[in-house]
Amino acid sequence: MPNPYRRIALDGEAVVKEALRRLDQPARRAFLRRSLTLGGLSLLTGCAIVDEESVERALMKVSRLNDKVQAWLFDPTLLAPTYPESMITRPFPFNAYYKVDEVPEVDASEFRLEVGGLVADRHAWALEELRALPQTDQITRHICVEGWSAIGKWGGVNFGTFLRRVGADLSARYVGFQCADDYSTSIDMPTALHPQTLLALSFDGEPLPPRYGFPMKLRMPTKLGYKNPKHIEAIFVTNTYPGGYWEDQGYNWFGGS
Amino acid sequence: MTDDSGPIHPLWLRVTHWMNALAVVIMVMSGWRIYDADPFFGFIIPKSVTLGGWLAGALQWHFAAMWLLAANGLAYLACNVASGRVWRKFFPLSARAVMADVRAALRGLLKHDDLRAYNAVQRAAYLFVIADCVLLVLSGLVLWKPVQFPLLRELMGDYEAARRVHFLAMAALVAFVGVHLVMSALVPRALLAMIRGR
Repeated sequence: MPNPYRRIALDGEAVVKEALRRLDQPARRAFLRRSLTLGGLSLLTGCAIVDEESVERALMKVSRLNDKVQAWLFDPTLLAPTYPESMITRPFPFNAYYKVDEVPEVDASEFRLEVGGLVADRHAWALEELRALPQTDQITRHICVEGWSAIGKWGGVNFGTFLRRVGADLSARYVGFQCADDYSTSIDMPTALHPQTLLALSFDGEPLPPRYGFPMKLRMPTKLGYKNPKHIEAIFVTNTYPGGYWEDQGYNWFGGS
Repeated sequence: MTDDSGPIHPLWLRVTHWMNALAVVIMVMSGWRIYDADPFFGFIIPKSVTLGGWLAGALQWHFAAMWLLAANGLAYLACNVASGRVWRKFFPLSARAVMADVRAALRGLLKHDDLRAYNAVQRAAYLFVIADCVLLVLSGLVLWKPVQFPLLRELMGDYEAARRVHFLAMAALVAFVGVHLVMSALVPRALLAMIRGR
């Protein structure tokens, strides 16, 4: 998909490693100090700042430290607020890195959800099998990294239930997602097991429409919108940092609410 | 009331003042770029005065400088309370005294001879901006972690209300800085005292 913001994907860990290595060099430190003066700041406004490689790396390093702080702050028992049906935002906004007419079409009869990585049962799931699992729903606030929010109603399978069903290694660090729209993201295991994390198959009581992520999206009211992948085709459990479409470009990885 | 020995402003005050200035510049300029991603008040801030280049860059600046703002702010408050300076410099304070000093200032009669003593308008303004920064941090915590800080979220109303609170508190801070810069230009000795201590 053409996207003006898309840049070269970076391997997150390599970036941090490189940033740490460079930060150890005294000259780099001096440069950072100088570049952080008020005068330097005024020169670094606007687009110039994203071209300043070392500043960008330092900021990326802070962002990864913020991942750790957020993981520490995250209370796995704390629930996001829920709302009455009357507060559902209608129409619920569409948002993606492409326009609504570029939403992928997934054939329900052919579809199989792949499950891989550190799981005992790697069989691919048909939609009917997922619909046969216990279903639950929630009316929660979706918060976009852009700042806006909207209240929606999602239904589906509790993700913790699903992970236990496939015999996932629940001590693994990450759960990653590959999507039919070439999107990808990954989350931490505590959030994956949060009681409100839902493998959503429906929206507002109807089968999930294509624009909201057919055949399924991961709905987490404890994370920002870009962490909630749509059109999921494959789920994998891993200890290797998987990054993600926006995360690799500089959006914070944890992205938690 | 005033102690004539030693610097007009202690070193810790000057350091935390300028660190705060740096943090505020970064927070406000990156915050403007974040606001522009969804300008809920119907106007956008010109990109040329924002920091970060695009939303992800602005967010990285914002969530890095927040540590400086918070740590420095806590150090300032701790020193201010522990030294007793907060009581000596900002109190007593009454609405009547503020009104009297405002009237005097508007007629050009407010004296600024002793930099060690704040007049009533200064006391009110500085106490206001301290409270405003606290409100910025608390509303910012709600925007960053609406689920993890339920009490703060309820205090602000909800997530959407916290966005408005955060923006309006920013606007109040920027208004303060504007007046503050004009005043320090009118009384350059005050600016020197905040740098050199004398």
